[in-house]
Amino acid sequence: MKLAMAWLAGLLFGLGLSLGGMTQPAVVLGFLDLFGAWNPRLLFVMGGAVLTTAIGYRWVLRRNKPLLEATFKLPTARQIDRRLVTGAALFGIGWGLAGYCPGPALASIGGGVASMLLLVATMALGWWLAAKWPAQARSTDTK
Amino acid sequence: MHPWILSALGGVLIGLSAVMLMVTLGRIAGISGIASGLLTGASDRGWRVAFVLGLVAAPLLLLLLRGDAGIGAPQVGWPLMAVAGLLVGFGTRLGSGCTSGHGVCGMARLSPRSLLATLVFVLSGVVTVFVMRHLLGSGGA
Repeated sequence: MKLAMAWLAGLLFGLGLSLGGMTQPAVVLGFLDLFGAWNPRLLFVMGGAVLTTAIGYRWVLRRNKPLLEATFKLPTARQIDRRLVTGAALFGIGWGLAGYCPGPALASIGGGVASMLLLVATMALGWWLAAKWPAQARSTDTK
Repeated sequence: MHPWILSALGGVLIGLSAVMLMVTLGRIAGISGIASGLLTGASDRGWRVAFVLGLVAAPLLLLLLRGDAGIGAPQVGWPLMAVAGLLVGFGTRLGSGCTSGHGVCGMARLSPRSLLATLVFVLSGVVTVFVMRHLLGSGGA
């Protein structure tokens, strides 16, 4: 049941990305091209997604627990630090270079374009490398 | 249908997916978090694999339903694709989220961390496209 729900959520997410234009790097880059021929489409994707999620979360998080698990796993981090800002800035550069963020990159695997698979592979490598980054060392330093 | 309406509709579907994942499994629908957990030793691999498989299946389903998967062609050559992937992977993990985790779920929760991260990655993306297209005259113009 959990797996079926996760699969269905993934499917819905992918349908949203695809219909929204997020799996078309030309559209994404057009949105980021604020000083060129700006394409506002992404704004509508974000708006629709954030509004729906905000309304839905208000309703869902009134519950004591989710339907199929014992607890809600919400992020607990609160600190605004260099790690957050550096990570977001590096991600933005990568996003602006090719027009892919992680969701659309994964959803585009089925398109069978070789360079797309390369991007997904180096993205995975980036995840792995960052997980090795000395975050643990730093947090014990400051303790 | 006007592309903007289609995009807003796509956004609503993404939101419904996020709400569904929260009400059933109690999880944030952050793609970088869900997928990177598969590589970095998360103990709960099952639902992560299932979610990613659903994500990959979506364009294929669209292809069957309407003959168009909606997958656009890459705009840059393979060296830039490789570098971009590395930056996206490393950055999203370092910054604890991407367009979905911070941009959608985090903003919907009014998380200050997510609001800042979203502002930073959109700005940094805008600057990158400006440099590539208008200063260097390349990069998928």
